[in-house]
Amino acid sequence: MTAYTAIVSARFRMLLQYRAAAMAGVVTQVFWGLIRVMIFEAFYRSTTASQPMELMDVITYVWLGQAFLAMIPWNTDPEIRQMVRTGTVAYEMLKPVGLYNLWYARALATRTAPTLLRSIPIFVLGMLFFGMKAPESMVSTVGFAAAMAGAIILSAAISTVLNISLMWTISAEGVGRLVPAMVILFSGLAIPIPLFPDWAQKVLHVLPFAGLSDYPFRLYVGQIPPENLWMVLAHQIGWTILLAFLGKYMVSRGIKRMTVQGG
Amino acid sequence: MSRITVENLVKTFRVAERQPGMWGALKGVASRKHRVIRALDGISFTLDAGELVGYIGPNGAGKSTTVKILSGILVPDSGRVEILGKVPWKDRIRYVSCIGVVFGQRTQLWWDLPVIESFDLLKDIYRVPDAAHVKTRDELIDLLNLKGFLDTPVRQLSLGQRMRCDLAASLLHEPEILFLDEPTIGLDAVSKLAVRDFIRKVNREKEVTVILTTHDMDDIETLCNRVMVIGNGRILSDGTLGDLRKRVTGERRLIVQLAEDGMDVEDKDAELVRREGNRIEFRFDPDRIPAATLISRLASKYPVRDLFVENPPIEEIIAELYNDLGSA
Amino acid sequence: MADSLKLYFRYIGISIRGQMQYKASFVMSAVGQLLLTFVEFLTIWALFDRFGSLRGWTLPEVAFFYGIVHTAFSFAEGVVRGFDVFPAMVKSGDFDRMLVRPRGTLFQVASQEVQMMRIGRFIQGVAILVWSASALDVDWTAYKILFTLGAIMGGIFIFSGFFVLQATLAFWTIESLEIVNTVTYGGVESAQFPLSIYRDWFRKFFTYVIPLACVNYFPALLILGKEDPFGTSKVVMLLSPLLGFIFFFVCSKIWQFGVRRYTSTGS
Repeated sequence: MTAYTAIVSARFRMLLQYRAAAMAGVVTQVFWGLIRVMIFEAFYRSTTASQPMELMDVITYVWLGQAFLAMIPWNTDPEIRQMVRTGTVAYEMLKPVGLYNLWYARALATRTAPTLLRSIPIFVLGMLFFGMKAPESMVSTVGFAAAMAGAIILSAAISTVLNISLMWTISAEGVGRLVPAMVILFSGLAIPIPLFPDWAQKVLHVLPFAGLSDYPFRLYVGQIPPENLWMVLAHQIGWTILLAFLGKYMVSRGIKRMTVQGG
Repeated sequence: MSRITVENLVKTFRVAERQPGMWGALKGVASRKHRVIRALDGISFTLDAGELVGYIGPNGAGKSTTVKILSGILVPDSGRVEILGKVPWKDRIRYVSCIGVVFGQRTQLWWDLPVIESFDLLKDIYRVPDAAHVKTRDELIDLLNLKGFLDTPVRQLSLGQRMRCDLAASLLHEPEILFLDEPTIGLDAVSKLAVRDFIRKVNREKEVTVILTTHDMDDIETLCNRVMVIGNGRILSDGTLGDLRKRVTGERRLIVQLAEDGMDVEDKDAELVRREGNRIEFRFDPDRIPAATLISRLASKYPVRDLFVENPPIEEIIAELYNDLGSA
Repeated sequence: MADSLKLYFRYIGISIRGQMQYKASFVMSAVGQLLLTFVEFLTIWALFDRFGSLRGWTLPEVAFFYGIVHTAFSFAEGVVRGFDVFPAMVKSGDFDRMLVRPRGTLFQVASQEVQMMRIGRFIQGVAILVWSASALDVDWTAYKILFTLGAIMGGIFIFSGFFVLQATLAFWTIESLEIVNTVTYGGVESAQFPLSIYRDWFRKFFTYVIPLACVNYFPALLILGKEDPFGTSKVVMLLSPLLGFIFFFVCSKIWQFGVRRYTSTGS
């Protein structure tokens, strides 16, 4: 345990050395959040028609998005990119744990750690200064927490599939470039899903990405009633399992491909 | 008439100090402590056109700092420098057109471009007329034997090849002064010889003034008739190599190779330095006992097969020089 | 001057050739950029679909703002993003190499690289600009077209000034310069919409502290024939592209100051 604390404190010290970076990251996200909030405010003020979501809820939603941005699978793991590029990915295949499970665990860790670091200051600032509301109710809080857990599991699954696709080198660049746009749009980070046109919403509810942020956030603000938590979880878990199958299938094809190519 | 005049150069650096521990790191977010390093503490010398000067000293003595100031990329705290009638850092763009610089560790060439394209780019950067460029370039290619890899990207060259290309590149615009910062570092023996040969030729035939900083004493011994030693920001010695040696010590070395092993060899006027098998090295003071006397004495007492009289290695001389001044 | 231009084109020719060697990667990056930025426009479109208007502004009007800022920004990115590697150059001592060459430092750093992949955002910006121009109820005289181009040029200078400023910071600190990216990307995000929709302090910041309003807000107001609700005079709006150029000039002076400091401290 002491070794662990030593490592963590060493890491913290290292992070503090780069004082500007530590502060800049939070500043960037707060700035971004502010811009989005103002844009929504302006749109809401342009019409008297009632909307599927209240402005106050949208504002909280935006700040939740900033707080948990690090959790979204919007890029591929640079270490894995490097591994594939240099061929050392072969060593991963020699490990006793299956490649999918190995990379899944890795994705889980990658998604959780920075999220914790970034989310706390933004939560604090958002609540104190920027109009972020507390969860709708105790029950909503529980629902939110459960859905976030589901979201992280789902996010890791998506990440893993993306990372596995790196084994097909042509896709590596493509994935890294094309996916962020899709994920951000389809997960509701750009616009809460209820504000999309109706036909678009139908599609988005089927895709896995809604479970990453839109569902948990809407549980938080109560726009999704806590009773519907099971639907959210079913969606998330269902997609996680599907992606796991897809991932394992891709792994077996990928391994064949790499061994044929000579790794 | 190119003349380099350096008077009383002083240069200090402020280095930020990292404080240890967690508390130190947090303090570091708010403020940083600094340490002042006096890199140059009053450097003065003059060079005439066509000289080939060695500039040596231990790491951190101020060699690179001096070269940077002389090439115009660093401004001293105080002191005067006049080269080719200009002040290097004041007139940077004009001044820099007249000098050539080779940094041993980093290349001046473009990493991904074929050598010949780098040369071509430099022609445009230095505004060299086409005809003059072709003539100079081809001459340099010939002298340095670059023909074989002109179309190779610089990143694929060996260190020796790259250094030769860098040397050529530094002279394409026919500068009057050449600064060479560790040009033979890391090179194989053949390349070193080629580089030294080239430097000597350029200095003799084109009258290019050369300032050579190096750790390699062979460079100094074969090329420079004038050596400046810098230590702790000061010039410790400025003269010929012979002067330098005499200044530190008049001693000489005598190396004796015996016909048989396992004998004890000694002499009252000579001190044993080291012994390797049947090869024994002595130091002696030629003022106390002439070499000839010592040799005949040893030869008559012991089965001597071969003898060499040498100067002490220059590294030891330099080391002694620092020690002397350290204790002064 | 002429030979500097010739040399510049030579440099970027080399940069482009180098990038074209990795054709697939370039195409991917460009397409990716195009999609990423197009998604931004999709979100704007979706919001207009739901809300109808933005404080009195219509979608084609907002698209006009959007087109100008993205065109200007992507062009500046293509040309001046080479400054991104500048902090690394200072650290490795490669900047010394440039100081030893008889050319301006700003010129040399800018010449190293032209980022071809920025063409993705550029294409998307131009496309939306053209669409908005056709959808708008504006009489496109030669004068208005020229002014639009002038606005884009002014915007290019403002964003370029920013990238130079960001690189100049490397003379003082080796630490992360993310904070400047915050302002540039944040600026682009916000300038997609007319600045008048934002809160007062924000609008003032991006008008007086950072001349973002000169990129598209003022010029667009003039072209669309609208008044600035905050009373900025028409003269100022007319001169706004020029202000962009002045901003860049100031940034280049700060750069020179940075170079002087570097040669004094040798850090």
